[in-house]
Amino acid sequence: MRARSRSNKWFIYIPLILAAFFYLIPMYVMLVTGFKGFEEVSLKTMWDLPKGIRFDNFIAAYKALAPFLWNSFNMVFPAAIISSILGSLNGYVLAKWKFKGSEIIFPAILFGMFIPYQSILIPLVEFMRDINLYGGLPGLVLAHVIYGIPITTLTFRNYYATIPKELIEASRIDGCGLLSSYWHILLPISAPAFVVVIIWQFTSAWNDFLFAVVLTSPSNWPVTVALNNLAGSQIIAWNVQMAGSFLAALPTLLVYIFLGRYFLRGLMAGALKG
Amino acid sequence: MRIKRETLLSVALVTPSIIAIAIFVYGFIGWTARVSLSKWKGLLPDYTWVGLDNFKGLFQDPRFHIDIRNTLIFTVIFVIGSLIIGLGLAILLDQNIKGEGFFRSLYLFPMAISFIVTGVVWRWLMNPATGSRMSGLNLLFDTLGLDFMISRWHTTPYWGIAFIALPAIWQMSGYTMALYLGGLRGIPVELREAAQVDGANEVQIYRFIILPLLRPITLSAMIILGHISLKVFDLIIAVAGKQLPLDVPAIYMWQVTFDGYFFGRGAAIGILLLLSVAVLIVPYLVYTLRTEAEV
Repeated sequence: MRARSRSNKWFIYIPLILAAFFYLIPMYVMLVTGFKGFEEVSLKTMWDLPKGIRFDNFIAAYKALAPFLWNSFNMVFPAAIISSILGSLNGYVLAKWKFKGSEIIFPAILFGMFIPYQSILIPLVEFMRDINLYGGLPGLVLAHVIYGIPITTLTFRNYYATIPKELIEASRIDGCGLLSSYWHILLPISAPAFVVVIIWQFTSAWNDFLFAVVLTSPSNWPVTVALNNLAGSQIIAWNVQMAGSFLAALPTLLVYIFLGRYFLRGLMAGALKG
Repeated sequence: MRIKRETLLSVALVTPSIIAIAIFVYGFIGWTARVSLSKWKGLLPDYTWVGLDNFKGLFQDPRFHIDIRNTLIFTVIFVIGSLIIGLGLAILLDQNIKGEGFFRSLYLFPMAISFIVTGVVWRWLMNPATGSRMSGLNLLFDTLGLDFMISRWHTTPYWGIAFIALPAIWQMSGYTMALYLGGLRGIPVELREAAQVDGANEVQIYRFIILPLLRPITLSAMIILGHISLKVFDLIIAVAGKQLPLDVPAIYMWQVTFDGYFFGRGAAIGILLLLSVAVLIVPYLVYTLRTEAEV
């Protein structure tokens, strides 16, 4: 309801547009380099627009990264979905069925979201070796599921806390128990929270590097590890690295572009997550 | 009877997660703590008790001194830079302007990208090569006649780590902006109007009314950004690889453990990182949950 006028505000746009340039520079370099033909690529002309649209770099980058992109996809979907389901159940109980001790359990779970993973890395690797999940994707999925529980629990608990108690009580009068209230009352209206949480988990698992680099062997690398390896090698030209970076960023960028509103909501889920 | 059954059921529903967190968070922290007090150096576990020797060794290690120094420099620049840019952009976007949604999404999109991608691209933007091999931002500055801005970036002696904060700010300042914007939107319009009626100008309104009200947001942002900077790892790896001048505890931990097999020392670094994060996070968690309970 602010009545302040929109005129005379042009000077505000100068810093806003300068900032926009700052945020777009890496995007610009990735794209103009990516679409150049091989013969056009030179560090000297790094900032020039391409003469035409060519896909040489993207094809080369895709050839180098394809198996790893698939590893990422195969890892990210189960990781996101399983941790969301667990988060939903936890959130339901912690918001609507508080039991003795649940007010201690909630912060104890949340703390897991902030720990530096360096403090659990050695046991994690040893444990994965012991249960024979070291080196492959299932072990990485398991790590993402478990260390995803705090944020998914938090989001669902906050979401379910906004749902009136009367709704559950009414369903109880109708003879619903704990599980059937969840199934018939809460689950059907949980879609928004599921979208937020799945997007959030998708993004963080896709972008993770630390777990991936210590838990997977080279053939099971997700794309972040493969891209870092590509960037460190002397053989792969920088233009292919740029195209590869774009390919590695594309899935989460698309999610952001099309589902950005939900992504933001995930970010703001109590602003507790870093 | 039914109530009791349902209480059991509700506990049963959360039990798998509680067990998982108990093992993978608390159990593993305890395990790491035990390793940090052991002699373990080599492929085979060796839990011979050595007390605090690993911690003592770490504090006598010049490499760890570099790590602490780098973490401090990085944290200060990254946190202050993100806060200033975030607050500035939020205030500008709060002026009821056209295209606010567009700018907001634009500033936030780096959040969707991994530190690895950011690092690989910034590695080329911050290319320190000179003369005919000049490229990246240096080349841009040269072309635009801004020669004074040409820099050796992260290869600058002593202060190199400060430049790593630049891509980190690029990635996280939009998020800080969103936090502040949320805070600004929560300030009742009546407060501003009352101040205007009292004859306060725009600058005074921000200085005396809005900024003090944003203090809790600044605190949360500092804690969130601060704990990210204590853990910084993949960004540095992607920009510069593993180089001693740009070393931080997380990289040292990784190398000493998985390349050097000195598990005792790696665990000690992990525990020290955990303690420094806990100092930030535990009061914050307690505070947040208590205020939440009061609401």
